[in-house]
Amino acid sequence: MPSRSKPAGNAAPPRRILAIWLRQLALDRWRLVEGLAAGEGVDAQPLALIAETAHGPRLAAVNDAGLNGGAQPGAMLADARTLCPQLAVAPSDPAGDLAFLESLAAWAMRWGPWSALDPPDGLLVDVTGVAHLFGGEAALLADARAAFARRRLSVRLALAPTAGAAWALAHHGPDGAILHPDDDPAARLSGLPVAALRLDDDVLTVLRRLGLKRLGDLGGVARDALSRRFRNRRSAAANPLLRMDQLLGRVPEPLLPVTVIHAPLVQRRLLEPIRHRDLLDRVVADLAQDMARQLEGEALGARRLELGLWKVDGEVLVRRLELAAPSRDAEHLAGLYGRKLEGLDAGFGIELVRMRAPWCEPLALSQQDFEAAAEAHGTSLAACIDRLLVRLGEEAVRRPVPRASHLPERAQRWQGPLERETSSQAAFDFYFRPLKMLDRPEQIAVIYETPDGLPKRFRWRGQVHEIARAEGPERIAPEWWRERGTARLRDYYRIEDGQGRRYWIYRSGVIGDGRGGTPAWFLQGICA
Amino acid sequence: MVEISSIPTAASLTVRQADAWRPDLVSGEVPHGEVFAAGNEGAGAGLALALALDRMAARSSDGPSADAQEDRMWLWVQDREALRRSGRPYLPGLPRALRHRLVHVSARSAEDALFALEEGLRCRDFAFVVGEVTGNPRALDFTASRRLSLAAERHGVPLWLVRLDAKADLSSARMRWRAQSCASPQPRWNPQAPGVPSWQAELFRARRHPPGTWVLRDDGRLVAERAGGIAAIAPSRFSSHHAQPVEARG
Repeated sequence: MPSRSKPAGNAAPPRRILAIWLRQLALDRWRLVEGLAAGEGVDAQPLALIAETAHGPRLAAVNDAGLNGGAQPGAMLADARTLCPQLAVAPSDPAGDLAFLESLAAWAMRWGPWSALDPPDGLLVDVTGVAHLFGGEAALLADARAAFARRRLSVRLALAPTAGAAWALAHHGPDGAILHPDDDPAARLSGLPVAALRLDDDVLTVLRRLGLKRLGDLGGVARDALSRRFRNRRSAAANPLLRMDQLLGRVPEPLLPVTVIHAPLVQRRLLEPIRHRDLLDRVVADLAQDMARQLEGEALGARRLELGLWKVDGEVLVRRLELAAPSRDAEHLAGLYGRKLEGLDAGFGIELVRMRAPWCEPLALSQQDFEAAAEAHGTSLAACIDRLLVRLGEEAVRRPVPRASHLPERAQRWQGPLERETSSQAAFDFYFRPLKMLDRPEQIAVIYETPDGLPKRFRWRGQVHEIARAEGPERIAPEWWRERGTARLRDYYRIEDGQGRRYWIYRSGVIGDGRGGTPAWFLQGICA
Repeated sequence: MVEISSIPTAASLTVRQADAWRPDLVSGEVPHGEVFAAGNEGAGAGLALALALDRMAARSSDGPSADAQEDRMWLWVQDREALRRSGRPYLPGLPRALRHRLVHVSARSAEDALFALEEGLRCRDFAFVVGEVTGNPRALDFTASRRLSLAAERHGVPLWLVRLDAKADLSSARMRWRAQSCASPQPRWNPQAPGVPSWQAELFRARRHPPGTWVLRDDGRLVAERAGGIAAIAPSRFSSHHAQPVEARG
């Protein structure tokens, strides 16, 4: 699959590739098999994993103690033994490493929709547009690092707009480097060694002899000279110029995803090329039926369809359409194509028609007469809530749940009607609480026995209420751990006026508490 | 062949129809009730909830589907003006049996409130629906109220519609109440304190019951007193409602 470079003007997010380099894949795997932590038991002594070659055993990987002892990966075992006589050996297992890497690649899709192998010991994950799900790119890297640490695999990570840049940063840059889309990659990467270009060893030797040691040095040489020097090197791994272009994103770099996305596909080969529209319509209707049957078998619905028409004269016409919701209604699909096929130039005839659904979504088998059933038996709660939410909005349909707070207006919280309720402490029954509460307490003018006696009369919304009976105060202190120091305490009173109307009012503060002037009164609750 | 004796006489029918309303009365009819109340007191919502609880208690005491209804959600729909005038439901103050099952809808307009009410009535998973609509909006005409009645009867979900500061216009509600708060009985331990919620309620139109006026109290369950001197207790404020109907906004 080539790079999904979008045409300019499209608002697609810039491509982001996460490179994962498993620094000691073979050794990590050997430790996992042996059940050892790093530097524990046998691993504390010099140890090497060896591979059999035509000239005898050769070191494939060396642990830290072995490196300190002088053994180098790639050396012959006999040579390494002379430097480090106590070197222990274990057989390496490249095939097992590769199989393990493949399973890791599938596992690494937790950070992005697809991932590719970068043998022998690397992974590339496309994380375009998913970083916000982890709380940003730095958080994504931290999450990946923690996940690999849990599996006891030592990794180096980097995030960059191209696979080449991400690989270079992971292997030769600072650990956890992030190259932002608007950074200049040439400037940021100029300090890295030329080995960061993923070149073969002999090419690296040539470059070293030419005195080109850093990526910045390559930019100083005229492009013509480089292309002439490497003119007969076709493969990317042998051509530094091609690698440089891939790293800077000037040339797309194909990456094979580790899992294949299966797209339902149906086609009709036509015995005789068709040139007329009504015949084509019939073929498309047949294809839509085949497609619907195939989708039904997989419990999928199509979101995007591609219709390819191969013409006799060698041209291919492609018509795409997208659906707002997954569907596998054959008539619906065929009907949508009815408009798309207008103005089609069949030329000498169409010999092959193919329909593909590259984007599908799960669509369960559903009851046919859903509306009629709802009419007879009533809708379910979820369906009812959906309808209410669609018309009235998220904020309008909610349900109250208790919250641990002394302040009456904070003692309840609103959440979605079908969300799970978190557990909470039950409220005390001996506290009286009103049936309804005003969104904002309304200020009232009250005649009361100063400083803190019972209220006698109050005026609310332009109407005077004589208070016949009252009970209180219930003193509720401000939540000092949350509010400012000037918040005043509240004395709540339950009152009933001369006509039997019951309210819940409070006085904010007491005279002389040093937190403001004369206390104000508020009406907050309306009782049944 | 129909036995002559099995046919009810006209007299028995009229007697049954004339049964006075009382709490705990079980009837097969799915109620669509209206409660007219002022917006500056809690009588409307309080009475509506008390009536809903009373019906649930009555049905669970002798109905066959006793326990099936107990854990269903219920819906409370308010339009914006009702929310502003009489406040929002407050969880710790709701009746204990209903506290954790509320779904609340704050509708912007009366049209939205009516839509939400009808959707709620068509949902089999709601135990009952309470609506609060302010004034006499144009959307709530006889046709709309008939739609609500039919939906309630068809799906068996009771509806109590509280009409705040409204005048009693044309409606197909089966029971229409006018409610106002009245002086509560004195609590035993603190005579100075307000007592259990009490309402003076007038059933001014009902399909199966003759009109009447009661003092209703929510004393754990709904208690009705047909006090003779109700007029003496509180000279009715209903007349003032008629005199100054408040027009709905929006």
